[in-house]
Amino acid sequence: MVYEKQGGPSLLYIDRHLVHEVTSPQAFDGLRMNNRRVRRPELTFATMDHNVPTSERSLPIVDQISSVQIEALAKNCKEFGITLFDMHSADQGIVHVIGPELGLTLPGTTVVCGDSHTSTHGAFGAFALGIGTSEVEHVLATQCMWMDKPKTFAVSLSGKRRNPHAVTAKDMMLYIIRNIGTAGGTGCVFEFRGEAISDLSMENRMTICNMSIEAGARAGLVAPDEKTFDFVAGKRYAPKGDGFDRAVAYWKSLATDPNARFDKSVEFSISSLAPQVSWGTNPGMVVDVTGKVPDPDEYSKGNDNERKAAVRALEYMSLEPGTPITDIRLDRVFIGSCTNSRFEDLAEACLVVKGRRVSPNVRAMVVPGSQQVKLAAEQAGLDIVFKDAGFEWRESGCSMCLGMNPDILAPGERCASTSNRNFEGRQGTGGRTHLASPVMAAAAAIEGHFVDVRDWL
Amino acid sequence: MERFTVVKSKAVPLDRVNVDTDQIVPKQFLKLIERTGFGKYLFYDWRFDSNGRPRADFVLNNEKYAHRQIMLARDNFGSGSSREHAAWAIRDYGFRAVIAPSFADIFYNNCFKNGILPVRLHKDEVDYLFSNEDMEIEIDLPKQIATAGGRKLGFEIDDFRKKLLLEGLDSIGLTLELDNQIAEYEKCNNTFVPSAG
Repeated sequence: MVYEKQGGPSLLYIDRHLVHEVTSPQAFDGLRMNNRRVRRPELTFATMDHNVPTSERSLPIVDQISSVQIEALAKNCKEFGITLFDMHSADQGIVHVIGPELGLTLPGTTVVCGDSHTSTHGAFGAFALGIGTSEVEHVLATQCMWMDKPKTFAVSLSGKRRNPHAVTAKDMMLYIIRNIGTAGGTGCVFEFRGEAISDLSMENRMTICNMSIEAGARAGLVAPDEKTFDFVAGKRYAPKGDGFDRAVAYWKSLATDPNARFDKSVEFSISSLAPQVSWGTNPGMVVDVTGKVPDPDEYSKGNDNERKAAVRALEYMSLEPGTPITDIRLDRVFIGSCTNSRFEDLAEACLVVKGRRVSPNVRAMVVPGSQQVKLAAEQAGLDIVFKDAGFEWRESGCSMCLGMNPDILAPGERCASTSNRNFEGRQGTGGRTHLASPVMAAAAAIEGHFVDVRDWL
Repeated sequence: MERFTVVKSKAVPLDRVNVDTDQIVPKQFLKLIERTGFGKYLFYDWRFDSNGRPRADFVLNNEKYAHRQIMLARDNFGSGSSREHAAWAIRDYGFRAVIAPSFADIFYNNCFKNGILPVRLHKDEVDYLFSNEDMEIEIDLPKQIATAGGRKLGFEIDDFRKKLLLEGLDSIGLTLELDNQIAEYEKCNNTFVPSAG
């Protein structure tokens, strides 16, 4: 904290600023117009992820407008002295996948990026915020950001999953959003805590924190522990040797006091949690895979605005109330995004893919989160499992999570997606998105409709 | 930055909850590298059909609401993506203020950077404005009051943001005045400078 004032925002120092091609060009222009420099280029790292094609990288980019944006980032990084992992780098990938992978994301640091899913980095006990382009410019110029003190919101998860392969971190988070709503965390920072969170791997914790924004929160955190330190150890940009030991000693002091009081709190048991699937057009519109598409009256519990939203969502999704989720037939399957494109996500999906074939009615693609994930998966033979089953195995990037590159749904196409947003048109104008875990999406690709993967694993 | 003091206009009623920024500006328009000209893409997929023809049932295509400078919205307006393009599009289209019972945090913040005043009113007050959509609304930022049909509706806003909007200040310039304090912080604190060594 650089500057603190009672009753107003404080000036927060930013330890890591991650930059990508879509939300940064206007910020760099602003610096140029005002003759400003980047205050700490050595704390700033950039990559190209949102609109890069996931096809063969040696080919030129067909989309001229995307190409201009990608070139602008390269030019800006060169001019302002920022390290860039470009499209041809072995470290390229989704900004929220490569940050942790390269050891840029560390416990106790502040991390910002012009992307709402920056909350992902909270899995390390970092305070990680998504910001708009004007804030990107502000952080580039000052390495600081004005911020009101957010409210604290404890999200405690207890219990043990009966079938941890079939019921995943994604299901836990979709269940949380389903219960507290897409605005449940507005003005708050979540701390995810409890036995069920400690039990998760770092990659799974990232999946949970990633979707904090889908519940409206500014950020989401998990207290760092031995798993966190083990993950960070040896990563390229992480502290080394004595520096690492000193850092761990400090990081151990970061956990929330056991008697801490939170502004808000909720608690869920996950002992009997089922795989979750979204049916509507926001990430709170979710049911158990064993459930049915809800009736708008029942869903909205007397709130007329929510009822209208549900009616509209069903119309957009072309679904009838009462339809069993397992009867929903799919045209496309997307495994990827900053939520679910890490090595464990792909390995888990392979548990159901191995030895099976993608339904002839489905086009399925796997987009690893980064070049490092892609390489590790290939070394483990996961690419072969996917390809043998009929999945497309692509280059890394955001891809069909938001469809800024050529990977999009055609109007009316229905997709099981491991991404984070099922908004209207998110994956392509007129496209219909159902959010699910990697293993659920993989099983849906094989059957051509949703299935309860607990029956398979 | 553009100043905001008082705006007087009727409102465009956008009667939907949880309007996300993917709807405000769909992704296909995020590839531009300028800040200007986004107004034509505002609510693009709701405004136009797949052949680019205006959809008659969408409010922005109704002549009656043309040139209104206030948008009236429902809960959780601006949720989802952090894209500031959403604020750019709203301002470029001609809006100066958005009234809603609640806003998503990042969008709320982005408004202030672009001369747009987001006004949080109580749900019942917003219902009142929706049911009187042809009423003139005067939003007075210095007094923090929206006046409509003789009713005075007070709203909260923090002093810092209010000052930035009233005076049209550049927040980067303001922060750089604290340069000494920033430098002092940098000297005394470990920012874990990354080293690939």
